[in-house]
Amino acid sequence: MGNLIEIKGVRHAYRTASGPLPVLDGLELSVPEGGFVAVVGPSGCGKSTLTRLIAGLMTPDEGEVWLHGARVTSPRATVGMAFQNPVLLEWRTILKNVLLPLEIVPTKLTKKQAEERARHLLNLVGLSGFEDKRPSELSGGMRQRASLCRALIHQPEVLILDEPFGALDAFTREDLWQIMHALKAEEPFTGVLITHDLRESIFLADEVVVLSGRPARTQYVLDVAVKGARDIDHLYTPEAAEMLNVLRHQIAIAQGRELPATTRRAAQ
Amino acid sequence: MTWRGVGVPLIACAIFLAFWEWLVWVNGWPNFKMASPSDLWPAFWRFRDLFFTMGWDTLWRTVVGLLLAVAFGVFLGMIMGLSRVMRDALYPLLVGFNAIPKATVVPIIALMFVGQHDFNTILMAFMISFFPIAVSVSIGLSTLEPEYRDILRSLGASRATIFWKIALPKTLPEFFGALKVSVTLAFIGTNLMEIVSPHGRGLGALFDSGKTNSDYPLMFAVLVALAILGIILYYVVVLLEKIFAGWAERPAS
Repeated sequence: MGNLIEIKGVRHAYRTASGPLPVLDGLELSVPEGGFVAVVGPSGCGKSTLTRLIAGLMTPDEGEVWLHGARVTSPRATVGMAFQNPVLLEWRTILKNVLLPLEIVPTKLTKKQAEERARHLLNLVGLSGFEDKRPSELSGGMRQRASLCRALIHQPEVLILDEPFGALDAFTREDLWQIMHALKAEEPFTGVLITHDLRESIFLADEVVVLSGRPARTQYVLDVAVKGARDIDHLYTPEAAEMLNVLRHQIAIAQGRELPATTRRAAQ
Repeated sequence: MTWRGVGVPLIACAIFLAFWEWLVWVNGWPNFKMASPSDLWPAFWRFRDLFFTMGWDTLWRTVVGLLLAVAFGVFLGMIMGLSRVMRDALYPLLVGFNAIPKATVVPIIALMFVGQHDFNTILMAFMISFFPIAVSVSIGLSTLEPEYRDILRSLGASRATIFWKIALPKTLPEFFGALKVSVTLAFIGTNLMEIVSPHGRGLGALFDSGKTNSDYPLMFAVLVALAILGIILYYVVVLLEKIFAGWAERPAS
């Protein structure tokens, strides 16, 4: 098994007052070590459920989630998470916020080394000088950067990003995309990015997985031609336009607004 | 400390006192009908020893009642905030209990534990003031955004760790908001019991003896003393809030 994350045949339904609500139905996903996969799909299709499964915050009704050769049944310290809401603790300084995971996870770092590492990460995302500020003194984009540092401080194997840039304005978002590549170059994590932004998915990921509408299954996997760090200009090439076009069609199919290409051809 | 910050409030107070003095003087009200500000200091000075012993009684009983209310209110709030079943079970009881005007409970307690004046007074201060604390803590805990919990839970943190590191500090601003209300309420509770209990002690009892003698200067002097105690207690809470939940204040913009 060469993949760091392996999700096989996952089905899950939420129990609601009006009976079971299936959210995942036959989900397959594999991410190689050091890879970066983006997951896109219609709203409410179970993307966030997927992040909770990988993080071990819940177990599926059926199917298996494997992380680094071990079955995931409970939370593990080798995962880092960042959400759309940066959820920084208002009563702590930025530095103390970034250090939070090290208070939970066992670490070999001394207090001084940990602090140095936090300062280094903050510097990478352009937040040096803000270590002793409180979250309320920072802008939304800056808070999200701090939240990324917190997600990485304990050197997780997997970084789970659940629409982390969704609430930011377009310019700040592009800044953070570049910062993600800078972080990826320094920190050897395997990434899973949940997003609604197709441009974001092909700019950051090596592979884009399209989920079908609820209950979600893996509908389509797009291999992004350029791997690793890339320039923002990459988004304005004919290849990028072609990829975006494919993804847009896949989303339309997932939403039920368009028939799959094979069926369409047969109908003509 | 600017001229506007100090001078304006002082002038306003002086105008208010002057108007009060003038009102009593122009109507020629005697002492058994109404007191004027100039009567207050002599009334206080005449009974100064009583003011200090009675004031101390009122103060310590209020503070003990309030501390009990904090302990019990936080405990109750935690139970209701962390368990839905307990919230459903306890909330109606709590609302029902809170709806009873506490003045009607005073004679019951005074009769039930007759002679136990300290105990009665503390109990009253406690009963009237734990409700806002319990409600604010339970709401603070139950409205914690799930992402906050997930951040720590995904690292394998226990429920207790999540409570100490996130839920508790996040509830502090609401807790102090409620404590400011509770301080005032506890003070009301203490005074209700002191006034109603026969042979009571505390500033409430001193007020009651003033009432018996139609001694308006004494009654008003007690009111001023009560106001001073209330202000001190309130600002002690404000100070604690600044220390423990000062982060919740938005930076001035």
